[in-house]
Amino acid sequence: MEPGLPAYVLKRLGFAVLMLFGVSIILFAIMRVAPGGPEAVLVGGEFSPEAAARVRQRLGLDRPLVTQYAGWVSAVLRGDLGRSFKTNDPVATLIVERLGPTLQLTAGALAVALAVAIPLGVLAAVRRGSVWDTIGSAVSLFGVSFPSFWLGIMLILLFSEAWPLLPPSGLSEYGREGDVTSRLRHAVLPTLTLGLIQMASFMRFTRSSLLEVLGQDYIRTARAKGLGSPRVIWRHALRNALIPVVTVVGLSLPTLVGGAVLTETVFAWPGVGRLAVGAVFERDYPVIMGVNLLVAAVVITANLLTDIAYCFIDPRISYS
Amino acid sequence: MSRSSGAPSAFGRLLGHRRGFWGGVAVAVMVVTGVLAPAIAPHSYSAQSLLQRLQPPSPAHWLGTDGFGRDVLSRTIWGSRVSLQIGLLATVLSLVVGTLVGSASGYVGGATDTAIMRVADVFLSVPALFLILIVVALFGASLTNTALVIALVTWAPVARIVRSECLSLRARDFVHAAHALGAGHARILGRHVLLNALPVIIVQTSVLLGQTILIESGLSYLGLGAQPPLPSWGNMVVEGRQFLASAWWIATFPGLAIFVTVLAFNLFGDGLRDVIDPALRAET
Repeated sequence: MEPGLPAYVLKRLGFAVLMLFGVSIILFAIMRVAPGGPEAVLVGGEFSPEAAARVRQRLGLDRPLVTQYAGWVSAVLRGDLGRSFKTNDPVATLIVERLGPTLQLTAGALAVALAVAIPLGVLAAVRRGSVWDTIGSAVSLFGVSFPSFWLGIMLILLFSEAWPLLPPSGLSEYGREGDVTSRLRHAVLPTLTLGLIQMASFMRFTRSSLLEVLGQDYIRTARAKGLGSPRVIWRHALRNALIPVVTVVGLSLPTLVGGAVLTETVFAWPGVGRLAVGAVFERDYPVIMGVNLLVAAVVITANLLTDIAYCFIDPRISYS
Repeated sequence: MSRSSGAPSAFGRLLGHRRGFWGGVAVAVMVVTGVLAPAIAPHSYSAQSLLQRLQPPSPAHWLGTDGFGRDVLSRTIWGSRVSLQIGLLATVLSLVVGTLVGSASGYVGGATDTAIMRVADVFLSVPALFLILIVVALFGASLTNTALVIALVTWAPVARIVRSECLSLRARDFVHAAHALGAGHARILGRHVLLNALPVIIVQTSVLLGQTILIESGLSYLGLGAQPPLPSWGNMVVEGRQFLASAWWIATFPGLAIFVTVLAFNLFGDGLRDVIDPALRAET
């Protein structure tokens, strides 16, 4: 292991905690500065200023902002994300219930994207100027230009309506939640939608990175030694070309999670994205804060893991 | 001091760049369509006719009619206005903030640079759509609010790109020479560093326009963009979703308009990048 790595990881973890504080302060400030509040949604019966004031008092929203934020932070540090304003369920429970479907969707999409993008990127780079290169360029340009929600709807139109092969929405058929086949069939369209959108940038970076590596001296040396083309490409070139691709995968996580919000909405997929959308419309502050904290933590951790992964992919990289 | 030798030759090269040229033509067509919407839309975007509802594409309604009998072509034409207006406003705001912050960060360096970049990291670590969703839902959807909030989440990547360009430019000989000749920081930053960072900023503009249009359409899809009866491409797609089995055209054409517009901006951006600064091509 690289000797400077533990110190580097510790430093980055310190930054990560500071960044999470930053995210929480920005979100907290935005929510409390906005006009109106959850009382408009939560007051049952006829709305009156007195009823609204009672709701605000019950939820602790009448306390000074700093006290509210400090209370939230100290609860989070004890592992308590609070309770939903609307259902009074613990936020952590609500998130955990929906985390599985979102992880399934995003991990599946990432796998689809990489499985298509890397071979296509390699083909486009190795056969530069060929029909593969043209296909690769078209795929990457189209991918970054598709609105994900529309791509999802078009896939539903084709594979659920015109040619009824796959179900258009939900996690599984009602009453068959444990049936793996049903769940897999339901996952195909949302996973493809999210994966195809992500694929574009991965493909583009694999191609450009591999092209750069293929021009290096050590590749010429490997070829001069008489090594076969596949061995040179897969063993020598691709390993080095993957470094920028790993960065792009790490940096694409916010887009992936953002894309999951729309994809979950289109396919009525019961994940964290839909939970967030519902919470925003209902001004369920603890749920909004909890979901965003989780998402930011995942993104920051993924970026850190990306940096650590460099070390293993390319031993020349030093953190000391 | 400028890196490029002159605008006319760059323009001439863009005309010869096939994808960039056609992207530019498509962008121009979209912009003209949006500007001339009141004159060229064959029907009013809000004129309803229940007798005409869910009509498939025909000579009377080229792109068919929606669930209220409104002409899909006219609404798609009007929808381009909303998307382009918000896209343009958000892009300008994002570029102004990103360029100012990024250039100051890269030029000044040191602790200021570190502090600014950590703030940018915070904005980059929250998924853009989440933040936009929260702000628009809480503050209300309007053209200005939506554009402002899209700029709020897109300035950070612009700042990063401009910063890295300024970091490399400030170490160049012509900047040292300007210093030696007694030029002040504002003059060096404005006349020498930013002017030379212009190719990167111009290319970024085209890419950003595509991105902001995609974000706006996503917001409209979630019900947080232009409010009915004013059409936006996103809210037309969501209206068409419920008629997918019986009237495919309602969701298909506005979505196609988003796709073609974003594709056009991306093609145009690629063309600009190749023409203005071929060195950038290898980086992306």
